[in-house]
Amino acid sequence: MPGEPLIQLEGITKTFGRGDAAFQALKGIDLEIERGDFVAVMGPSGSGKSTTMNILGCLDVPTSGVFRFKGIEVQALTADQRSLLRRRYLGFVFQGFNLLARTSALENVELPLLYRGEKKPERREGALKALDKVGLVPWADHTPGELSGGQQQRVAIARALVTDPDVLLADEPTGNLDTERSLEIMQLLTELNRAGITILMVTHEAEMAAFARTIVHFRDGLVERIETGHRSGAPVSN
Amino acid sequence: MFGATLLLAMRELRRHVLRSFLTTIGIIIGVAAVITMVTLGKGVTASIEQQIASLGSDVLIAFPQPIDDSRPPRPFKDGDVAAVREQLAGVRSVAGEVNQAVQAFHNGQNWSSQVEGVSNAFMDARGIGLDQGRRFTTAEEQSGANVCIVGPTVIKEIFVAGESPLGEQMRLNDVSCTVIGVFATRAQGAQNSDDDNSVFMPIKNVQRRFTGQDTIGYMVISYDPAYKSSSIQQSLIDLLRERRLLQPGEQNDFNIIDSAQVNDAVKTAVGTLTVAVAAIAGISLAVGGVGIMNIMLVSVTERTREIGIRLAIGALAKEVQLQFLTEAVVLCCFGGLIGIALAFGLSIGLATLIEVPFVFDPTINVGSFLFSAVMGIVFGYYPARRASRLDPIDALRHE
Repeated sequence: MPGEPLIQLEGITKTFGRGDAAFQALKGIDLEIERGDFVAVMGPSGSGKSTTMNILGCLDVPTSGVFRFKGIEVQALTADQRSLLRRRYLGFVFQGFNLLARTSALENVELPLLYRGEKKPERREGALKALDKVGLVPWADHTPGELSGGQQQRVAIARALVTDPDVLLADEPTGNLDTERSLEIMQLLTELNRAGITILMVTHEAEMAAFARTIVHFRDGLVERIETGHRSGAPVSN
Repeated sequence: MFGATLLLAMRELRRHVLRSFLTTIGIIIGVAAVITMVTLGKGVTASIEQQIASLGSDVLIAFPQPIDDSRPPRPFKDGDVAAVREQLAGVRSVAGEVNQAVQAFHNGQNWSSQVEGVSNAFMDARGIGLDQGRRFTTAEEQSGANVCIVGPTVIKEIFVAGESPLGEQMRLNDVSCTVIGVFATRAQGAQNSDDDNSVFMPIKNVQRRFTGQDTIGYMVISYDPAYKSSSIQQSLIDLLRERRLLQPGEQNDFNIIDSAQVNDAVKTAVGTLTVAVAAIAGISLAVGGVGIMNIMLVSVTERTREIGIRLAIGALAKEVQLQFLTEAVVLCCFGGLIGIALAFGLSIGLATLIEVPFVFDPTINVGSFLFSAVMGIVFGYYPARRASRLDPIDALRHE
């Protein structure tokens, strides 16, 4: 449907545990994200931002409510169907990079293509293209242990990009990096967003959130406020 | 996808070479033990078959046996041989044998050997052929002529190499004889005696010049395979009891061996033993399988984060399951291959040691390999399933 938001959350709740031990992490989230947006999700720990990101990443399902992604009601899908959705449309970047140890950068980036069933030459070509986007082609044969934190995160971004996803989900992508490397990563994300990828990023650093076009503030399992109209990529590293 | 999974599994195992090897030791020992036992069992069977073949096929052997050890057994006589030949249906030929240890002299050398009083019929029944020369003539058999057919060992020991022994004179104790033939090497009997260290003479001559009696050591009865061995044996027993004047209720003071029956009995016994030992070795395989399961569970725990990454990237549960199952199967297959190699060496070594032929059996080798692969599936299933059931969020958080 034209004009329909890429992502729609309607009355999303999430409860962990049962009975007395039950904890309601999300108490009714309504949120719409447009195609091509760059969204930063902020909030103190326990505010529900990670839980929301897990649901948006199709890794978890809400206890109640409706989550539409490209018009598909994700909460009704099986685990394998959600896997296929992730494989096809989503790319993940984690705080801890989460690369496969003792596996070359190239092979890490090839991994999502492997699960898409692509042949070796196509995998190699795709992975090198993705590594080129993050400027790491010369490091293709290095294992994560031989790369700096910033380089590892760029490999992780290349891995997220290699399938040409609609949405890039980044969970504290700069959390383990110093300021200079963090700004480099944010620059890269901004460029990718300008090239058309929708980016959802969790961060607790205002400096990083400032790169986003939309900032969603969470508090106590609810959306507290939404800042829109940020000029994406505004702050330039000094 | 499957090729990639296989490569991935190999790489994972290469990362932990020592661990993988130690894990598979159970499988290695199990496979090696099963194959070695079955191979040796086949070797023992083959060796016994060979010994039994030395009796000849479709033959019964009758020999005197004491009822109690205090009295020597009553020997058979020429008349018994004639009676069996004339009175028993289904008998093709009957031949007596008598033997005695002698010193053989030729060419100024002497050698401890034995003389065997035999006949052409005996050589037929026991399947003994000639390398050189001729057999006895009827006249020689009837008169008990001084002619001899020499065994290969005697030829080797005291005859001149490269010269034909035919027509040469030799002496056995103080009896001279003319060499008319050399018999072909015989299938060796069970005892460590060398059956080729022997000199054949017409039985009449041996009875007259050596033993001085008309007794014989044992008789070989060759029968028509159209007759049932058991019915011939029964009539033979009846006839011999009658001739030896045994009263009803008295025990037989002779024994009859049927080559085919002995063969079957031995094969059954060795087969049973082989199955029993192989079953015990199979337990080692099962224990090895549990070891595989254990290490796969450790591996799943260690690589929880990796599993989380794969799931987040979009791997399906069954793909993760296949990956771990492949690892377990590859691990077991390597164990199987090492086990087969080990069994090959062990079987050859042990076969040489216990002096049985090495009989390579492809079925048990291929079977053991396939069995170890199946072990990988059986014992890898649970860990693989556990890996595939992980929650991606929890798995990613795993430290």
